[in-house]
Amino acid sequence: MDEYAIEVTDLCINYRGLKSYSIKKSFLQFKRATVEEFQAIKHVSFSVKKGNILGIIGRNGSGKSTLLNAIAGIFAPDHGTINLKGNSISLLSIGVGFQRELTGRENIILAGMLIGFSEKQILNKMDDIISFAELGDFIDAPVKTYSSGMYSKLAFSITAILETDIMLIDEVLSVGDSKFKKKSYNKMKQLINDKDRTVIIVSHAIETLGSLCDELLWLNDGEIKMQSNPEDVLKEYNNFMK
Amino acid sequence: MLVKQFCTDIRKYFLYSIISACSQLKAEVANSYLNWFWWVLEPLCFMLIYTFMFGYVFKAREPYFPVFIFVGISMWDFFNRMVKTSVKIIKSNKPIISKVYLPKFILILTKIWVNGFKMAVSFLIVLIMMGIYSVPLSLNIIYFCPIILFFGVFTFGCCVHLLHYGVFIEDLSNVVNICLRLLFYMTGIFYNVETRMPYPYGSILSKWNPLAFFLQSMRGAILYGKTPYRKFLILWLVVGIILSWSGIRKIYKNENSYVKVI
Repeated sequence: MDEYAIEVTDLCINYRGLKSYSIKKSFLQFKRATVEEFQAIKHVSFSVKKGNILGIIGRNGSGKSTLLNAIAGIFAPDHGTINLKGNSISLLSIGVGFQRELTGRENIILAGMLIGFSEKQILNKMDDIISFAELGDFIDAPVKTYSSGMYSKLAFSITAILETDIMLIDEVLSVGDSKFKKKSYNKMKQLINDKDRTVIIVSHAIETLGSLCDELLWLNDGEIKMQSNPEDVLKEYNNFMK
Repeated sequence: MLVKQFCTDIRKYFLYSIISACSQLKAEVANSYLNWFWWVLEPLCFMLIYTFMFGYVFKAREPYFPVFIFVGISMWDFFNRMVKTSVKIIKSNKPIISKVYLPKFILILTKIWVNGFKMAVSFLIVLIMMGIYSVPLSLNIIYFCPIILFFGVFTFGCCVHLLHYGVFIEDLSNVVNICLRLLFYMTGIFYNVETRMPYPYGSILSKWNPLAFFLQSMRGAILYGKTPYRKFLILWLVVGIILSWSGIRKIYKNENSYVKVI
């Protein structure tokens, strides 16, 4: 029997009336600001088998990243459920958040703990992360002194070395210089090809998706247009985009 | 349900909050010239200013006046720092919140450790000053622990609410600053609310203003050998727990929408 790693049922996500509000404005304006409602994801249901690679395609603004964020637990669903079956999850490529005042080393520990690893596990992998990130002595300097390339290299290294059961990848990576790009691409490929790991990739690079994924999901305006094997979906998608 | 969720989250993220707090303290030390010396120097200087202004210019007659002020400053600074950071805490942690899930009250817990540590340093100075002024000790000093603990719970309760409203109300920090200033003068950091305020406001404030109550009880217990009003101590603990509880509930309900706003 096939085991599912991710089950999404009837998921809706709205951006509604959550604009922040200021006391000054409410004094000056007697009219209440109209509440704009925008549904980014509309009644989406799908599931991913354990070890499978699911690609998500769609135009800009079709809700791909919102969906990924929801699966990662950053957004709450307004309706419906997301069941991860207790698997650990991380967003690769967007990486992890850092506290700017702290050093790289401290941020590795804190970020790793937030993904769900114990301090001991992280310390064991610490040297791997540091050498993969190629930061040298900067690892003990506050993150605020890093260049943007160093920042994303460190973020990528943490999520790549601390492997989780489910990985979410938003846009195929373009991190750091060309050497690091190659290295990170290879590392990602190795992670994706692991038979036990469930992966969801969001990308516009159609050819890459076609070759990497077991299955494709096509999102259009927050709704599933099609979910099937890559050849069929890409054929339809290419016709649609013409 | 909520209790269970809260307990699992505390268990899961407790260590994170401690490590995060330690790192923050270390970073603060590493980034300034006088390092940790500031934690001592700042309250010490304020104490000197207040002692001069109120001890000599306005002729306050409290026994052990410098220690009296120092206790006030130590506790006030804790509350003041906590409240001010809580209002903006979600926005200032945006890089983390927008990339990974963590229960948002853990951010407050982290700040409790950071500011609690600073308060501990400053109470260490209180202890030294008590030695210098040879303050007689009484058994009532054991009330130090419950007072500081209940004060912490009450502060946490205020902060979780501010965290939530701080996300949605842009200019909440302005309002909070005004309220803090009012509270500062009504709390009696550098004077005794109970005796200096005209009757009956003094005794009303010293019981019904939680900050004034905690400060007065602390000073009474460690400096003047007085037993705090236990009924009010319990009352403010209960208020603190109710505030924390309702705040945590509110955060659980809304925390995932915070990302959409900031």
